[in-house]
Amino acid sequence: MQSAIAVRQLTKHYEEGATETLALRGVDLDVHAGELLMLMGPSGSGKTTLLSIMGCILTASSGSVRVAGREVVGLSEKQLPALRLEHIGFVFQGFNLFPTLTAGENVELMLDLKGVSAAKAKKRAQELLEQVGLGEKCDSFPADLSGGQKQRVAIARALAGDPGIILADEPTAALDSHTGRNVMKMMADLARKRNRAVVIVTHDSRVVNFADRIVRIEDGAIASAVETDLAPSALLMPSLPQAAASLA
Amino acid sequence: MPPLAQRNLFHDKVRLTVTLTGIVFSVVLIVVQLGLFLGFTTATSNLIDHSNADLWVTSKNVPYVEQGVAFSERKLNQVRAVPGVEDAQKIIARWTQWKRHDGGQDSVQIVGINVDDPLERPWNLVEGRVEDLKFPDAVILDELYKQKLGVTGVGELFEIGGHRARVVGFTRGIRSFTTSPYVFTTFKNAQDYTGLREDQTMFILVRVAKGADVQQVRRDLLDRVKDVDVVTTAQFSRMTTFYWMFTTGAGVAVLIAAVLGLVVGFVVVAQTIYATTMDHIREFGTLKAMGAPNSYVYKVIMKQAAISAVIGYALGMVVSVFVVQGSQKGGAAILMPMPMAIGMFFLTLTMCVGAALVSINKVTHIDPAMVFKG
Repeated sequence: MQSAIAVRQLTKHYEEGATETLALRGVDLDVHAGELLMLMGPSGSGKTTLLSIMGCILTASSGSVRVAGREVVGLSEKQLPALRLEHIGFVFQGFNLFPTLTAGENVELMLDLKGVSAAKAKKRAQELLEQVGLGEKCDSFPADLSGGQKQRVAIARALAGDPGIILADEPTAALDSHTGRNVMKMMADLARKRNRAVVIVTHDSRVVNFADRIVRIEDGAIASAVETDLAPSALLMPSLPQAAASLA
Repeated sequence: MPPLAQRNLFHDKVRLTVTLTGIVFSVVLIVVQLGLFLGFTTATSNLIDHSNADLWVTSKNVPYVEQGVAFSERKLNQVRAVPGVEDAQKIIARWTQWKRHDGGQDSVQIVGINVDDPLERPWNLVEGRVEDLKFPDAVILDELYKQKLGVTGVGELFEIGGHRARVVGFTRGIRSFTTSPYVFTTFKNAQDYTGLREDQTMFILVRVAKGADVQQVRRDLLDRVKDVDVVTTAQFSRMTTFYWMFTTGAGVAVLIAAVLGLVVGFVVVAQTIYATTMDHIREFGTLKAMGAPNSYVYKVIMKQAAISAVIGYALGMVVSVFVVQGSQKGGAAILMPMPMAIGMFFLTLTMCVGAALVSINKVTHIDPAMVFKG
């Protein structure tokens, strides 16, 4: 089975003045559709750098990164945005919603980038927000939403492009335990029920139970990779709309 | 496209106010300065442009109409004898002193004409008739200069160059570029008011016969009439305008002020759009992370600039119209013809879009990885 993301001997250097920092050292990693993979490790270990390179936001210094079967190392800066738009959805720690746009318009923005007409985008945005339990919040601005609601809008936006890969950077860091768990239920549902490859960078030990695989990174290298047996638990997981309803 | 540009622009009302104030200031300053320039250029050559002549005969090397030198009025007959000349008339345009009732004196430009001939006549009369100039000592001046010359109404008597003058009418809108108003009178009166001899004139105006070639008639006049220059009306108008606007530096000063207005507007808009861009830099980073090409981000910024330009232009033009209207009663008219108003729209748009390039440069170099920093 082809990996959604395949990383081989990935290395990343940063140059800051006269100093060279090795952020990633020869990382090998596969991410498959239908799995939720967590990247964990201390601050500065390289988790976010790895996520950024897998997300075609940063370029690797050496090695190979294949996204949806396509080699991305060596692609020019101009080619990477199209790749992100086609295959990757992002969920950020700070939600990164556009504060001057409503929840619906935030989702429509992604659809506009994909070239969807305004009328269809509006309809699809409404559907996506309903899927995350925020159908009635379509005309609300982010300032009027709770942290959990903002993150759900962000998830809806990430899904709007219908990407095969969802990359999330500390999606529950700004949320309380209950809300964080329910957002994680949604992310797990995306992986298992909708067959997406979901990669989450997190420090939050409260949410490790949701992972199919936990990869620990230390000093730029993979220290350990543990598969968890969550299949029986997954069958008991509520669906995305059910998880959303519990947040309402 | 979701209304990101509009919402970002209107979100910070204080900053929007600053942006629009800068644009309005720039628009008004440019309109006023360009309008003054147009008003000045019109005023400098008013007398020439409103003549019905094709050619002006002057003394040798007269660079502009106020610098005329007297020559023999017998040349009129020589001029009339040249083939292709349909009509020719003597006129005087010369400075002299107007004495007010309070004893004070002001410089005026006497324009002495043949009242029965249409080659040069006062225009836009609002009181009296041109034919009233046939009355003894009759003069017509512009209502704009009533206060300056101490005139309150038709029929009043004054002294010009030591001779009596009776006001018989007023025009509207005949401005002089210099501080000396035009005073129209008969040719004979003008000779008395300006101290010219009976056999002298300052200019001869020529209308060329229908079908005749103006340039050919001009060459023939130069051949047959000695010690004169012959210029077309358009050429003399340009010469006079050029002298007053550029040789004196007056026009340059006005144009420099207009350019300064443009620079001020550019700087204010660049600064505020840049500040707005920096406020929203994280959003632009998010857009890029989501996969937006640079062109999409540029469109958002350009749209902000364009919307600012349209609103700023509209407000600026409202103010400008009031300023232009108010200037009509003043000594220096500010003109704003329609082509200039339309041109100002495109200039404002260019200014704002150009100013946005500073922000464009910034967002081009955003590192989308910034979105991962909390």
